[in-house]
Amino acid sequence: MGMSLAGAARRGAAFAARLAPGPRRALALLAFWFVIAIVGPLLAPHAPGEIVDRDVFAGFSARHWLGTDYLGRDLGSRLLWAVRYTVLICTLSTLLSCGFGIMLGIAATAMSVWVERVLGRLMDGLLSIPSLLFALLVIAAAGESVPALILTMGVIYMPGSYRTSRALALRIAQADYVMAALARGEGRIFVILREILPNMTGPLLSDIGLRFVYAVLLLSNLSFLGLGVQPPLVDLGSLVRENVLGMVYGAPAVVVPTIVLALLTVGLNFALDRQRP
Amino acid sequence: MGRLILNRLAASAFSLAFVVVTIFAITAALPGDVADTLLGQSATREATAALRHAMGLDQPAWVRFGRWVWGMLHADPGRSLMTGRPVAELVGPRLYNSLLLAAATAAVSVPVSLVLGLACTMARGTLFDRVVTLLMLGTVSVPVFLIATVAVFVFAVQFHVAPALADINAVHSPLQFIRVFLMPVVALAGATTAQMSRMIRACLIDVFSAPWIEMAVLKGVAPVRIVLFHALPNAIGSVVNAIALSLSSLLGGVVVVETVFNYPGMAGLMVDSVAARDVPVVQCCALIFCVAYLSLTTLADIVAAASTMRGRAH
Amino acid sequence: MTHMISVRGLHVVGRRGDGGEVPIVRDVSLEARRGEVLALVGESGSGKTTIALALMGYARAGCRISGGAIAVAGHRVDQMDAGELRSFRGRTISYVAQNAGSAFNPALTLHQQVIEPALAHWVLPRRDAERRAIELFRAMALPHPETIGARYPHQLSGGQLQRLMAAMALITEPEVVVFDEPTTALDVTTQIEVLEAFRTVLVHRGITGIYVTHDLAVVAQVADRAVVLRHGAVCESGDTPEVLARPRTPYTRELVAACHLPVRPKGLDPAVDAASGTAPEPVLTLSDIVVGYGRVDANGLPAHRILDGIDLSVTRGRTLGIIGESGCGKSTLARASAGLQPPAAGTVRFRGETLAGRVARRTPEQRRRVQIVAQNADLVLNPAWTVGAILERVLRFFHNLRGAVARAEALRLLDIVQLPHAVFDRRPPELSGGQKQRVNFARALAARPELVLCDEITAALDPVVAAAILTLMSDLQETLGLSCIFITHDLHALRAVCDRVAVLLGGHVVEQCDAAALMRGAHHPYTRLLVSSVPEMRPGWLDEVVAQRSAAAAPFVPTAVGEGCPFVSRCVTRIAGVCERVRPPVVATADGGRIACHLPPGDLPVLAPGNSTIDA
Repeated sequence: MGMSLAGAARRGAAFAARLAPGPRRALALLAFWFVIAIVGPLLAPHAPGEIVDRDVFAGFSARHWLGTDYLGRDLGSRLLWAVRYTVLICTLSTLLSCGFGIMLGIAATAMSVWVERVLGRLMDGLLSIPSLLFALLVIAAAGESVPALILTMGVIYMPGSYRTSRALALRIAQADYVMAALARGEGRIFVILREILPNMTGPLLSDIGLRFVYAVLLLSNLSFLGLGVQPPLVDLGSLVRENVLGMVYGAPAVVVPTIVLALLTVGLNFALDRQRP
Repeated sequence: MGRLILNRLAASAFSLAFVVVTIFAITAALPGDVADTLLGQSATREATAALRHAMGLDQPAWVRFGRWVWGMLHADPGRSLMTGRPVAELVGPRLYNSLLLAAATAAVSVPVSLVLGLACTMARGTLFDRVVTLLMLGTVSVPVFLIATVAVFVFAVQFHVAPALADINAVHSPLQFIRVFLMPVVALAGATTAQMSRMIRACLIDVFSAPWIEMAVLKGVAPVRIVLFHALPNAIGSVVNAIALSLSSLLGGVVVVETVFNYPGMAGLMVDSVAARDVPVVQCCALIFCVAYLSLTTLADIVAAASTMRGRAH
Repeated sequence: MTHMISVRGLHVVGRRGDGGEVPIVRDVSLEARRGEVLALVGESGSGKTTIALALMGYARAGCRISGGAIAVAGHRVDQMDAGELRSFRGRTISYVAQNAGSAFNPALTLHQQVIEPALAHWVLPRRDAERRAIELFRAMALPHPETIGARYPHQLSGGQLQRLMAAMALITEPEVVVFDEPTTALDVTTQIEVLEAFRTVLVHRGITGIYVTHDLAVVAQVADRAVVLRHGAVCESGDTPEVLARPRTPYTRELVAACHLPVRPKGLDPAVDAASGTAPEPVLTLSDIVVGYGRVDANGLPAHRILDGIDLSVTRGRTLGIIGESGCGKSTLARASAGLQPPAAGTVRFRGETLAGRVARRTPEQRRRVQIVAQNADLVLNPAWTVGAILERVLRFFHNLRGAVARAEALRLLDIVQLPHAVFDRRPPELSGGQKQRVNFARALAARPELVLCDEITAALDPVVAAAILTLMSDLQETLGLSCIFITHDLHALRAVCDRVAVLLGGHVVEQCDAAALMRGAHHPYTRLLVSSVPEMRPGWLDEVVAQRSAAAAPFVPTAVGEGCPFVSRCVTRIAGVCERVRPPVVATADGGRIACHLPPGDLPVLAPGNSTIDA
């Protein structure tokens, strides 16, 4: 067991070492946020709903490191829970959208022309509904439950992932080494899994990272509008929303979640950015 | 050329059909009935059924769909469930307000983005370019509400130059117009400009790395002429596309900004209606947004196609 | 002032990804007198283009001129500011780029671009500039000089664009013109016309030329003096005949030797087969192959044909060379044989067995026997796999070898292609172009094939590396008794490895003959044109060819219609009314060749042995 774990870790490290710096940095950042999301709430000193102080919008102090919110709850604890919800909801929805998108995108290279064309048209149709609008529509009909949010965001970002992975797979399918494999008589599955997929990982990881950022932005916007994660649950967007009045006092309750949210999205985007001079 | 435009229009028509069906399917076919919502959980089954019947909800989905599409084609999107007023009456003035906001935003962000994108391309690799690029990337990366709240904080709370809430009825002079529109437009244009100038820079850099630009430099052509005479004719297609794409992504921003500033636009109406499960209003707003989005991207595609065909048509 | 161009201690550095700088050009000094043509010769990465651009005070993105004195026509280029550089470039010194297809702006007419330097530098009023442009078009022997300028770049051929670019460079009557590999992207038959046009204007106008190239044979035709570069430094310089005939440094000797590939030894003559009493057995036979795209007619034949009625066969243990210019369908021929592009008509037979058109329908044994080695080694090896995994996969797939056995066999294959065992654990991006092509070979050999299809395997390599690959291929073919199809556009390479030759033009085989007979005897007019267009490494060759051709210049005729001969528009000996309409009959020649031409065998053009010194 220990042996195989060590082996897996070594293989993972070797894999990461071969990645371009962009996806590698993004992967490291994602891992960091994931750890916070898992471990964070276990370290929280208070329950997220517990009112611990009569002083609302309190500043930084030794008792409440990050101050208190509009009801006098411990902001640090709520923030840790908020990060968990934001990161986990977006991770799940990204896994959903990219999982299906990538599978379909790669399969599209091996599908009959007609199936592929119909699929492409459907994806184009989905893409022509602006993402926030789509989310609002679903929420209007199905309500703001967390599974509905995950599913909706999964659907919203699938066409983009489909397009990217299909374009990538098509380009690689043109490469002479794929031709060589086909000339050898390798099966379709082998060609897809061993010849095409390994050469997509770098760009695909970038794309997944980007879609994760989109999901975080959409979820935060929805929650800020009051249409995303509902109390008693809390995510970064709703944390800002409920404390927005504290802005007048410059309270940490609104400033800190804002900064954490910006750190999450801006950090990932900077890591992934290829548009360098 | 004509065929290309026809093809594009056909594709858009298909997308439109898809959008119409999807909007209806999501709002009408998903679990969660309007009658339940309206009457609440305590209502009797009979009461719910009666209301359903009164609203035509007990009819098959395709009948309701047909009726809805038919109504839309006659500019009659039905009645609001909450207020009972015709949806057209609710949406009309707010659509005007939203268009005003969008126009003001476009008027600010398009020229600014063009200048920024061009300046960054010309000064590529310099400190200026790097700072601007990072700023734009940072702006693109944060949610719109964050920009809006920061705008409120700076302009209303700190400097008191503009009211925190937009009151469109108070507009009687150009100065008031600017004061009322300042913050929504700044917030929206900030987000849009960041996206647009990034995309324009990418398009231009793509064109500027072409061998014929190097050739023009080696011919001793002046930089201004290189930009205007050599680069722009080749960049127009992709730049127009970039502008259209970023303007259409402005839609998401409009929703947030109208809510934050309590601006009486269509997006604000839509958010309220979503919260209230007022389906006819939501459907109508969604359809208008989607049509706007589709027309913008279609138009951009046609312009782009026309501009690339020009040099090759002979 | 003694020198038109004088460079002292030039250094150019490039920025690395981590911010550090690497030298690209190191301490280069050179000079050229007025009216002289100086060639900068070197392989890729030798810094030759960087030096040429530095003469114009220009460094590409990421590069920087970091030291040295550059004087051109009395100006100190290294001390100019941006404004001075702008009025210097295009006025005193002008540039002819490598690929005219991409160096012209696609959105502007050629006229706008050609006269632009004259207008930008206020040399001539617009009307005079237009007049001079037309004069230059005429001097460049461009068709329709009056109206050609109104066209857009994509409407003209590569050779025409290259001459238009030279006209653009000359419009301001500059003192110096820099030619950056101006004929590398052209076919050999076009290259001659362009070279001749360049040389004429340079000589007539007394212009000083800098000619950047990797091709020593071209250097011999155009340059008075040559500077040989390697790794960004000067390796050798001197008068062209001197450098080519008596190279002093080992590297130059290697370069010169790579241009004199030994012609394939004729030990494998038909005489051997005759002695053993067996008729030569064909391995692969293509009969009446048609490949194309577009609408399919009643007979199932496509409207646009890349290959049309191909009949060829490869004899066991021999190499069939297929030569032709870009777009003649030679790569399609390889793909069709391998089953990657199924033919619309015709059959592919392998040792009597008919092969399916589609590779998926062939049996594993059939696939094993025919292996393809493709052109671009960068794309042909999966960058995610190690070299060892690439070879072991093939061994396992075809021969079910695993573990230590497979590894040992893979290492043996590396030995065969003369690669060190250390390569086993590397991935393709870490290898050089030559090494990749060797791995490519090893992969084909791992299947233990009977026929190897080699598609332009040396096209992307530098001459010295290419020569080594060709030697390797020749050796392997002999020691392993392989049969090969060798597809190329390079006559030298062809003669170095092939036994028999097929000449492909417009999807048709216009001639087949023994490689040994290629340089003498009667041939198809196209073969003759092709063979006589390959530059030779002796000064004066261009003059001879041009003199011969101008004597037999033919007026332009409409292209072939229907079944007509694909060469009719360029043929000087065509029979009016016949050649453009009727498919030429295939005639057998005395020495075993087959020629598709309407001319009676006695009237076919003859290549006199003394006419060519390629054998030298």
